[in-house]
Amino acid sequence: MRETAPYEPIAAAPPDPVAAGNAPVIRIRDLCKSFGDHVVLDNFDLDVGKEENVVILGKSGVGKSVLIKCIVGLLRPDSGTAQVFGENVAELDHDALDRMRARVGFLFQSNALYDSMTVRANLEFPLRRHWIAMSQQEVDGLVREVLEDVGLAQTAEMMPEELSGGMRKRIALARTLILKPEIILYDEPTTGLDPVTGREISKLITEIQHRYHTASIIISHDMHCVRLTSDRIVVLIDGRNYAEGSYQQLQSSSDAQIHQFFE
Amino acid sequence: MPAQQKFQAFLNETGDIARFTARLFLQGTRPRFEFRELLRQCYQIGYNSLPLVALTGFIMGLVLTMQLRPSLVVYGVASQLPLMVGIAIVREIGPVITALIFAGKIASSMGAVLGSMRVTEQIDAMEVSGTNPFKYLVVTRVTASTLMLPILVVIGDAISLFGSYLGVNIRGNTSFNLFFRQVVDNFAFGDVLPAFIKTYFFGLAVGIIGCYKGYHSTKGTEGVGKAANSAVVLASIVIFFIDLIVVQITDLLGLN
Repeated sequence: MRETAPYEPIAAAPPDPVAAGNAPVIRIRDLCKSFGDHVVLDNFDLDVGKEENVVILGKSGVGKSVLIKCIVGLLRPDSGTAQVFGENVAELDHDALDRMRARVGFLFQSNALYDSMTVRANLEFPLRRHWIAMSQQEVDGLVREVLEDVGLAQTAEMMPEELSGGMRKRIALARTLILKPEIILYDEPTTGLDPVTGREISKLITEIQHRYHTASIIISHDMHCVRLTSDRIVVLIDGRNYAEGSYQQLQSSSDAQIHQFFE
Repeated sequence: MPAQQKFQAFLNETGDIARFTARLFLQGTRPRFEFRELLRQCYQIGYNSLPLVALTGFIMGLVLTMQLRPSLVVYGVASQLPLMVGIAIVREIGPVITALIFAGKIASSMGAVLGSMRVTEQIDAMEVSGTNPFKYLVVTRVTASTLMLPILVVIGDAISLFGSYLGVNIRGNTSFNLFFRQVVDNFAFGDVLPAFIKTYFFGLAVGIIGCYKGYHSTKGTEGVGKAANSAVVLASIVIFFIDLIVVQITDLLGLN
């Protein structure tokens, strides 16, 4: 586990993705973001390797969502860099940003399904916007495939309002998957779901990682989800990377600030 | 809030709307153009507003005629009723009332829909899907609003004149041909064209204000309600201001 000084490090750190020859798909250095006087991110650092699931753990309102919004270019950092596939997101022009976003999926906390469109139209929307040349037959096949992947093959013609909370989350995930992203950013994927559905979504996240070979950043404070999905956990406290390690390493930490998440 | 702060807030909002409008023209004139969404919005905004515009236009023409008639009878000019009602409807009442009805229906709808999309992160989702939400949502809606209102006003005026024809015939007996000849033969260039042109500005203002309020909505569902409400209020006020400016311009040009 890696901890930023002055916290006591825990032995048996997980393999560094860069040192292991696995070039990071996301590299964040000295990222700072404030809203007025409120400092949210303060020199935050993070590397995410290929096919790695990194969970960002932190209390509500500490800037976890701000972090992934900076990664996908929805927010602009005050200073520091967020590199995705080796390119600094803040320096990308509109076209380059669109190309990058086609490779990065984003699952919103509120699902953000277009409520005036059917499930099929929701899924087809990203395909049409990225000018992907496909016949209607191919589009239908892809829609069927991602719906089967999330276990909701029969919902294509339904409206989002007709779906339960768990089903909406799965459809939002299907919409994220339709462009076959290499990275998926999950913003509190189990918030607002009952424990059983939450566990199903967590299992789905790991299945998707194995099936689609995606790297992921998962924002969560649901410890079941964290345990099931994490290859590595980064604890975000006071805008900084306070500590990182595997679930077991952090669970056995004596640091009170880390331990409170595992109680 | 003290008066000075209120004035400062008013200036800030005016500046924000001016920037929003500049962005609209800048992005609206650059490809990619969202024709499919524009057509859908034209249908939503234009066709779906037609029943309301038609109903209010008909009642307006009928009521105006019935209320004007007694005064004209007193002065012995009841035969001029079609002409007076026609000029009043085409020059002023038709465009302004239709624009106000349009603002009530469309600006509130834009404010609520975009506000709701903002607070449920649908606009962010659109952006990460590789769509410019400003072009897709705002430019299409404002363009549709600008194009549809003049058409609605023309249709509303025609229905209003038909209502007036029925109003004339409640107490009198005037043929359809005579009524419309009396209306149309007395129209001048200055009656029709400025009234028609100002409806484009009404449509533009309703679109910009409805979209601005919705697009910048905050504070959850309460914010959505406020966005819808303030969009209608502000759009209605701006319609009257545009009307005031247009009448000054047409007066200076000698078209009144």
